[in-house]
Amino acid sequence: MKYTDYYAALGVERGASADEIKKAYRRLAQKYHPDVSKEPGAEARFKEVAEAYQTLKDAEKRAAYDALGSRPQGEEFRPPPDWASRHGGSGFEQTSFDDVDFADLFSRFGARGARGAMPGQDFEVPVEISIEDAFRGTMLSLSLSMPEYDGNGQMRRVPQTVKARIGAGAVDGQRLRLPGKGGKGFQGGRDGDLYLDISLKPHALYRATGHDLYLDLPLTPSEAALGASLEIPTLAGPVNLKIPAGTSSGRKLRLSGRGLPMPRGGAGDLFAVAQIVVPATLSDRERESYQRLAEGSDFEPRRHFRGEAA
Amino acid sequence: MTIETDVLWLDEHRAVSLRELVETSGLGEAELLELVHSGALPALEGVSGYTFSARVVTVARTACRLRDDFELDTRGLSVALKLLERVRDLEEEIARLRAELPR
Repeated sequence: MKYTDYYAALGVERGASADEIKKAYRRLAQKYHPDVSKEPGAEARFKEVAEAYQTLKDAEKRAAYDALGSRPQGEEFRPPPDWASRHGGSGFEQTSFDDVDFADLFSRFGARGARGAMPGQDFEVPVEISIEDAFRGTMLSLSLSMPEYDGNGQMRRVPQTVKARIGAGAVDGQRLRLPGKGGKGFQGGRDGDLYLDISLKPHALYRATGHDLYLDLPLTPSEAALGASLEIPTLAGPVNLKIPAGTSSGRKLRLSGRGLPMPRGGAGDLFAVAQIVVPATLSDRERESYQRLAEGSDFEPRRHFRGEAA
Repeated sequence: MTIETDVLWLDEHRAVSLRELVETSGLGEAELLELVHSGALPALEGVSGYTFSARVVTVARTACRLRDDFELDTRGLSVALKLLERVRDLEEEIARLRAELPR
């Protein structure tokens, strides 16, 4: 297994007092707790900090940790031969440590002394799906490593694939619960749950907010001024949209019920947002046409600059 | 090992009982009721006993993590949950406005 330097994770000396360890944990928890922090990598960092604190705040676990000696972070090692019997108690005597994570080594201290049923651990897993999958529904296949306890309370990580059908209608931030698909319970305790935190992948065309979708709709100046009937891509296939004459940039044209479906029926809307675009370079013929238009038009879009009604 | 399973949507279409909320959140019944009475956890109105939208499961689980990780009491939890709710509302509003903006 790979050694983890818990003192370094908390930024304290090996001889730090219990109070110094607690203060360091609190400072880092406020900075990296995933429920309150938006820092990149905060969740992984908090996991390290919490794992270190869970061991170092407990005098018995800290003594067992210290007995492993000081090693470089990430160094492959095995606990000394007498470590298990001196610090682990009966729950560790048969352990080979071959498939034990460093974190699990200390999490066993609670389990081995436990009497009776203990519920399995809940897990939350972030899952990113495409807007197309949210529209149609999808079958997710999740490869997880779930803890299981044997009769002695010894924990092993067991690879597990969970296939979950997500019906149409998931939105960004949707939470789903898979009862009993978390960690296994101990001695008849109920199995933990698996929670999925759904987010939608960015899409080349659509931006989702709730069940509504937004689509940029580039228009030529003549299409915007004169109106047009255009083919618009939707998740269910192309539809024709009538662009009213006199459409300005930013106008939202609503296609009712063409957004993401809702789980209990109905659907959000698709909004096509008009964007008037002009060619970066003009042909001679186009330039002449625009010049004739400019000379022949009395349209003044900046009247309000002079205090006149627009 | 491969397991195929159905999922429960934690949304406003599904209701959960107080007992289910205790089981899924890790908070005790007294703590949950204190959070309800402080306005940090909304219970469904017009229903006998305490019943909640399944969306509350996520909020209650967050409360449990904050209690354990920051050693907060229920009053501290109530303030934290209300502030997190405001942050969430503002983030949703920003996301909606960003979606309306052209790329």
